[in-house]
Amino acid sequence: MSGLEDLYREIILDHYRNPRNRGELEVPPATRAEGFNPLCGDEIVVYLHLDDPTRGDSAVVEDVRIGGQGCSISQSSASMMSAAVKGRTVGEVRELTRAFKAMMSIHEGELEGGAAEPADADPSELRLGDLEALRGVVKFPVRIKCATLSWNTLLQGIDDAEAG
Amino acid sequence: MSTGPTGAAVAADLTGDRPADDAADDLDVAAVKADFPLLATTKHDRPLVFLDSAASSQKPRAVLEAMDHYYEHDHTNVHRAAYDLAERATSAMEGARGKVARFIGAGSAEEVVFTKNATEAINLVARSWGAANLSPGDAVVLTQLEHHANIVPWQQLAAERGLELRWVPLTDDARLDLTGLDQLLDGAKLLGVTAMSNVVGTLPDVRALADAAHAAGALVCVDGCQSVPHLPTSVADLDADFVAFSGHKMCGPTGVGVLWARRELLEEMPPFLGGGGMILDVRLDGFVPADVPHRFEAGTPPIAEIVGLGAAVEYLEALGMDRVRRHEVAMNAYALRTLTERFGEEITIHGPAEPAARGGVMSFEFRGIHPHDLSQVLDQHGVCVRPGHHCAKPLMRVLGVGATARASWYVYNEEADVDALADALAEAGRFFDF
Ligand SMILES: Cc1ncc(COP(=O)(O)O)c(C=O)c1O
Repeated sequence: MSGLEDLYREIILDHYRNPRNRGELEVPPATRAEGFNPLCGDEIVVYLHLDDPTRGDSAVVEDVRIGGQGCSISQSSASMMSAAVKGRTVGEVRELTRAFKAMMSIHEGELEGGAAEPADADPSELRLGDLEALRGVVKFPVRIKCATLSWNTLLQGIDDAEAG
Repeated sequence: MSTGPTGAAVAADLTGDRPADDAADDLDVAAVKADFPLLATTKHDRPLVFLDSAASSQKPRAVLEAMDHYYEHDHTNVHRAAYDLAERATSAMEGARGKVARFIGAGSAEEVVFTKNATEAINLVARSWGAANLSPGDAVVLTQLEHHANIVPWQQLAAERGLELRWVPLTDDARLDLTGLDQLLDGAKLLGVTAMSNVVGTLPDVRALADAAHAAGALVCVDGCQSVPHLPTSVADLDADFVAFSGHKMCGPTGVGVLWARRELLEEMPPFLGGGGMILDVRLDGFVPADVPHRFEAGTPPIAEIVGLGAAVEYLEALGMDRVRRHEVAMNAYALRTLTERFGEEITIHGPAEPAARGGVMSFEFRGIHPHDLSQVLDQHGVCVRPGHHCAKPLMRVLGVGATARASWYVYNEEADVDALADALAEAGRFFDF
């Protein structure tokens, strides 16, 4: 059953059992963005409070809260994301998101059963930290959308905040 | 979390003797299984336990061979040539139409329209019959059990036409709550109802609903996508007006579905898609549509798939649909008993508790483990079940869940498959033990 342990790393299960930053924020000043995974019915809500949305990439994530329901992968990814982005600038969050999504993208060689470990595609200076634990998800392509759901929802939240 | 019966409630219902249907199961599953090449494959060095036929069934060799034979010996385009080969292709296709008509007890083969799938068949009803007969303010009644295929086409039409959609609610065990039916049907033009839920297995009494709808002056559009593959079907006995189903869930290939409708209705209906094959004449200022059913079959049809579907219904007829149904009721009884005995309160099985009140599909909740995670662990044990909303999000909301894990059986499943499911569930319980 080695495959399963690759997917369900202990730290993932920990975030699933004890999700960080669950709850809601008052809207406004926060924004509320909803994301759906049409594949498995997961629904995620990201509440995002930026100190000053008009400052673009230098606005700071004052607070973030996660609502909704989902599988261990989507929930733990959301939990880790919430911990990783709090206190960061929007610019840093965007970069982190890019790095995370790069880790989650399937490279052709791997689809053919080639490289066992995904090539390190992390282009950023930012460390993914705990989020690295989700690397195993790429071996289970149908679960990739679970892992990226909260990140896409967060980006949507940033766009909503910036649009006022 | 769910409104379905608790494990204990289901178990209490099953403490009596084995139901009569159970004893009568005389399907030779080992022989049937040997007819399905894919089921000989292994996963993780174990035999594959395929419990996802509600999504799409596997195919018996007879169907694959019929399609191969067609391509190797009889293929060319149908209907528009005089040479012998075209004759053979046309008669292979029209022969299949006759077989399908017989299989569902249709009055004539002309009442069988080939589509791409059940979804297209229902869209055909909405776009052709609906657009010609429904006006602003008209009501269409649907049930909360429906698959998106029998919801969205009506929502689209409702948005364009200003129709009113009304919903038949559900009881706690996911049966139709018919207490307000007369009011719902009052002034309605159409009732759309599934003959078997693809999520919880509920079997609405289509005949009684059709009687009520007709008394109220409404027509009935039956989603037979799950019922036609699993239950003996007579469109005459159902007294329905439209019945839609897909070939791929009944041992046939993907790419072909059926709309059956009463001939008088089809004859009044305008074409759905326009193009070749569906006309008698075309001039610069207009066209004359072909007779039914070809009026609704624009373009080159999926000929080989239609031939495959013909072989599939012959295969099912040879097994006997009554025997198929008895087998699935027996499987229901065995699964309800096994899962509730082994897991008690840890499992919640949605839908009716009585084995004979369900089709061969079972959605369940197990120890709070998310269905996606559950099916991932089951997959490691070679057990294929489907997680998700099963294209029935309104039903998910009624059940109070975002998704379910769903196991479904068919002619090639046996009690050992349920045992494998139970064993794998126990493993999943250990894996997610928190
Ligand atoms: C009850 C029901 N209706 C409609 C459909 C749609 O079938 P298809 O996707 O073959 O058109 C399905 C299959 O998923 C179903 O189970």
